[in-house]
Amino acid sequence: MMSKIKSFDELKSVQERLKAGRDPKKPCITVCVGTGCLAYGTQKLVDSFREELAKRDLTGRIDFRTSGCHGFCERGPMVVISPEKVFYQRVGLMDAGEIIDKTVLKGEIIDRLLYVDPQTGEKYVHEDDVPFYKKQTRLVFGLNSKVDPQSMEDYLAIGGYSALGKALTTMKPEEIIQEVIKANLRGRGGGGFPAGWKWDETRKAKGEPKYIVCNADEGDPGAYMDRSLTEGNPHLVLEGMIIGAYAIGSSQGYIYVRNEYPLAVKNIHIAMRQAREAGLLGENILGTGFSFDLKINRGGGAFVCGESSALFASLEGRAGEPRAKYIHATDKGLYDKPTNLNNVETWANVPFIIERGADWYASIGTAGSKGTKIFSLVGKINNTGLVEVPMGTTLREIVFDIGGGIPEGRKFKAIQTGGPSGGCIPEKYLDMRVDFDELTKIGSMMGSGGMIVMDERNCMVDMARYFTNFLVSESCGKCVPCREGIRRMRDILVDITEGKGREEDVDLLEKMASSIVDGSLCALGSSAPNPVLSTIRYFRDEYMAHIKEKRCPAGVCKDLITYSVDPEKCTGCTLCAKVCPTGAASGERKKVHAIDPTKCTKCGACRESCKFEAIIVR
Amino acid sequence: MEEKVKEIIQRYSGDKSYLVPILQDVQKEFNYLPKDALYAVSTHLSVPVSRVYEVVTFYKAFSLKPKGRYQLSLCMGTACHVRGGELIARNVADTLGIKEGDTTADLEFSFETVGCLGACALGPILVVNGEYHGHMNIAKSTKILKKLGKKGATDDEQD
Repeated sequence: MMSKIKSFDELKSVQERLKAGRDPKKPCITVCVGTGCLAYGTQKLVDSFREELAKRDLTGRIDFRTSGCHGFCERGPMVVISPEKVFYQRVGLMDAGEIIDKTVLKGEIIDRLLYVDPQTGEKYVHEDDVPFYKKQTRLVFGLNSKVDPQSMEDYLAIGGYSALGKALTTMKPEEIIQEVIKANLRGRGGGGFPAGWKWDETRKAKGEPKYIVCNADEGDPGAYMDRSLTEGNPHLVLEGMIIGAYAIGSSQGYIYVRNEYPLAVKNIHIAMRQAREAGLLGENILGTGFSFDLKINRGGGAFVCGESSALFASLEGRAGEPRAKYIHATDKGLYDKPTNLNNVETWANVPFIIERGADWYASIGTAGSKGTKIFSLVGKINNTGLVEVPMGTTLREIVFDIGGGIPEGRKFKAIQTGGPSGGCIPEKYLDMRVDFDELTKIGSMMGSGGMIVMDERNCMVDMARYFTNFLVSESCGKCVPCREGIRRMRDILVDITEGKGREEDVDLLEKMASSIVDGSLCALGSSAPNPVLSTIRYFRDEYMAHIKEKRCPAGVCKDLITYSVDPEKCTGCTLCAKVCPTGAASGERKKVHAIDPTKCTKCGACRESCKFEAIIVR
Repeated sequence: MEEKVKEIIQRYSGDKSYLVPILQDVQKEFNYLPKDALYAVSTHLSVPVSRVYEVVTFYKAFSLKPKGRYQLSLCMGTACHVRGGELIARNVADTLGIKEGDTTADLEFSFETVGCLGACALGPILVVNGEYHGHMNIAKSTKILKKLGKKGATDDEQD
């Protein structure tokens, strides 16, 4: 346990002492234990490393660290061996002993654990050379691999809480706010509202106490950067919040985190306890007289609670229904007191702005969007993971240079950004520079940074139906246009995917969309039609194929497709017949198989099992 | 039951604003939210039972019905959807003979689809009693169900 740090100078000496106690040349094995890697069973690998080190009497002589998410989730479990930063991926759960003996002790490289670029066939030894990492600017997220999220010493040893010390002892609250305004830090949670302005309004608002809230209720399906920051580097988020609290004049803060993120809840709890013990949270922080404390609240699994006023209702122990916002949260938010809400990634950017200055920060990015953004690149993409790039990076760079393109040589079709409130972006915009304003211009939005890649086997009408269906179940029901309107849009989309669409449906969808936008209180309703509108805008021909020709070009919509066997490709391996639950697929060994359409339930089992792409879906 | 509820409320010092986490803990204790537990929360937290009911029915995380011995959650995040999650959902529901969100009559299986689990590299993902089974497909899901039905063990399927 760390004793209380009573001044900025003392903090500096603690950091120095911790840094001096660490030999940068000492070998260190780092294993990623983010939720993604843990899902691969990485805990077993961690246990085995500890065991093997103990067996060889190396504990202490070789450092071993578990860290938060490194971002390259596709290639987990991942191990990095410092100081050379040898990068091993898809490490077997029994490989620990071999890695210690060969690489750590003898400096030999284990060839089979190296990353091989699937496109060029080139092999990479060092983490920094891997194209996935090399083309990123890992400013905020990069610290994840340098710290054990449950160790405050790790964070202090890399200079953690320096920005807090600087802010509390050398800057006035107004100066901090001016710095954040000058840096033009925009909210990373979706809206992109300038954080500094919000801070300023909350500071100037009448009413005590003032609250600050961290929104970690990351509800966008396919986005998980906030979780990875919260669970991977919780002290960074805390540091940003404490600086914000000082600038705004708040003594009480809340972190609202999804209950589905147990590791994030655990790590932020631990970090808060450590920060309190060290005198960085609670009464009289760093001996400056400033006091601030935090509480954690777990969400109940409602997407709408990512919306500020709904989130406040939930924090107060009520159903999460939004209210009208003619009075801003900065005036009357939580418990009707001035409240400043920012999301995890926004808070995590703050220490960098204070530490290195607004000018430096504003030098990264585009004219209207500064700094970096973490995206979660998922779906039909070779390198699934979290990527951090400067604002203004093109979609093509993200998808192809970093993401490694589309698996199985299929063709890129669209990329969906902004979660259920966003839109689908077609191929012609691949060279667009991604920032808040550009995305909005083409009918999508930044959202929290989810990027879902789709290939030719994804049906855009089905995607619109999927998102609309999601929003039907997540609409809180308060505003009728949202509650009933989205439901009707969903029904129309279902009809289209079932071949019952009418030509006038597309116009009707567009008309309904504008009513829903006008008649909804919160952003859930007013952005709900985006997935429908953007798919109509860019993929109208696909809607028309469903409606006029009763055909699903991507082969997804069950009622419009039939399964058959390509006699040219079928080798008669019998696999499809084995997996078919209804006996529709049948045939003799080494002879071309057939699918009986009267028995086929279109479950897709044959297509997924076929190794020769011989199942035709039309 | 009342004692247990009281103890959970104590953990939060009887603070009403923690109604949602309190109910989460109660549900964890009893596997669902029995009617009596709702009344106990209402009494000891001094919150009208109508408010408790409103909150319980608003948030997706709560269940008023008992859950099965094997709780299956299929991720339906966008990444899992584009990789064919829906076909798997249909297969699991059909195989169990229940609808999404329901429990089999013998209280053996509950099946639900959930929002993003944030392990998209492994998608589609089926979670069986907290254990992740990644890169799910139709055939694999059938196999898992078969195993659970036959032997009733969840730890024998390795990816």
